[in-house]
Amino acid sequence: MTPARTEEGQVGALAELAHDPSSRSRFLKLMGGGIGAASAFGVFLAACGGDDGGNAAGTTTGAGATTGAQMSSDIKIVNYALTLEYLEADFYAEVIDSGLFKGAQLNLIKVIGDHEAQHVEALKGTVEKLGGTPAMKPKTKFPLDSPTSVLELAATVENLGAAAYLGQAGRIMDKEILAAAISIHSVEARHAAALNVLTGKSPTPDGAFAKPASMDEVLPKVQPFIVS
Amino acid sequence: MSDVNMTAPELAAVEIDGMNRSTFILKGALAAGAVYGTWAVSPFVRQALAQELIPGGGEGDIGILNFALTLEYLEATFYQRGQKLKLSGEVMQLAKLIGDHENEHVVALTKTINDLGGTPVPAPMVAFSMKNQGQFLKLAQTLEDTGVGAYNGAAPLIKSKDVLAAAGSIVQIEARHAAAIRLLTGASPAPSAFDEALEPSAVLGAVKPFIK
Repeated sequence: MTPARTEEGQVGALAELAHDPSSRSRFLKLMGGGIGAASAFGVFLAACGGDDGGNAAGTTTGAGATTGAQMSSDIKIVNYALTLEYLEADFYAEVIDSGLFKGAQLNLIKVIGDHEAQHVEALKGTVEKLGGTPAMKPKTKFPLDSPTSVLELAATVENLGAAAYLGQAGRIMDKEILAAAISIHSVEARHAAALNVLTGKSPTPDGAFAKPASMDEVLPKVQPFIVS
Repeated sequence: MSDVNMTAPELAAVEIDGMNRSTFILKGALAAGAVYGTWAVSPFVRQALAQELIPGGGEGDIGILNFALTLEYLEATFYQRGQKLKLSGEVMQLAKLIGDHENEHVVALTKTINDLGGTPVPAPMVAFSMKNQGQFLKLAQTLEDTGVGAYNGAAPLIKSKDVLAAAGSIVQIEARHAAAIRLLTGASPAPSAFDEALEPSAVLGAVKPFIK
């Protein structure tokens, strides 16, 4: 039965993703494996969307495939995330170079900075796989006055980043891209919580439910750090 | 049931002496996992769409919400019990904060399931072997990290945009809890650049030791 084989094939690919010890390569595999794989999976999910379960998977051809317009909308969202990640990655690189930190705080900053660099690489690769042009790396400038002010700025940026990802979750069409964005979203939230605690704030300033932020809310807030 | 510290009435079921229905069916799900192997119990995609994640919990979005509700019940009870231990001021404060959030998640998920016409699953009966702050923090870290993975795994399968928004807004809080707890245990607040998406069988495997 072809449908069953199709389903098993997807199952195997998912299991492989789940078992991959390297989260980065898992992510890249998740995003990559060619558009074909991602789209096929999109069809699979859409075909399974009925209440009668997954038995009909593979019998539907293209009915739920991500359309060109949807893909272009997703590319825009991924490029938006890429721009924010470029900003974050640059920020931590400058902070590390500034010599303002040492010891445990420097270690944490390095860990977070490394995550942002990995996000940049993954998102850039995603846009390319989708056939789009990755957003340009912005030229940035951050006020690096004192360790305290830098940590507070870092907390602000991470909280904003987490809210920005949350704001896009419902707008992403492709399920694979949603899965990827979600896996970054919770890491930004972890960064934000850690930096909040380090700066004497609550790890959860929004309470039990995090608030999303739209592009219109986020972009003006990061504008001051973009030189060109 | 006589516990006056309970902040969510739904948690009353947790304290009933003896085995209640949800515990029975959850144990059944865990037993199935044991027979087929954690990873062999078909992946999230198939489970979420074709069968109930929690027996009696319904399918589709309602099934996912009931799965999440079970985890939130587990967490809520965990922090409630944790607060009875001798904890430092800092840890107690965090235990209260997080416990309050988990209770709010229980209430919100219950309401959402009802609004969608589903039936919320009852609270599972749980047991945690923890006697001191160190054990409490270690279990808290496991539960919060598992919660993040569970929501992240479920998110792409959610059909309703409203349900997805709610799940996203909760998972961000679970991730923040995980990071705050990790700072206290001396672990990295963010162990990887990409948080893992867990399949339900893996989630059930992780919480199995706590279900009576």
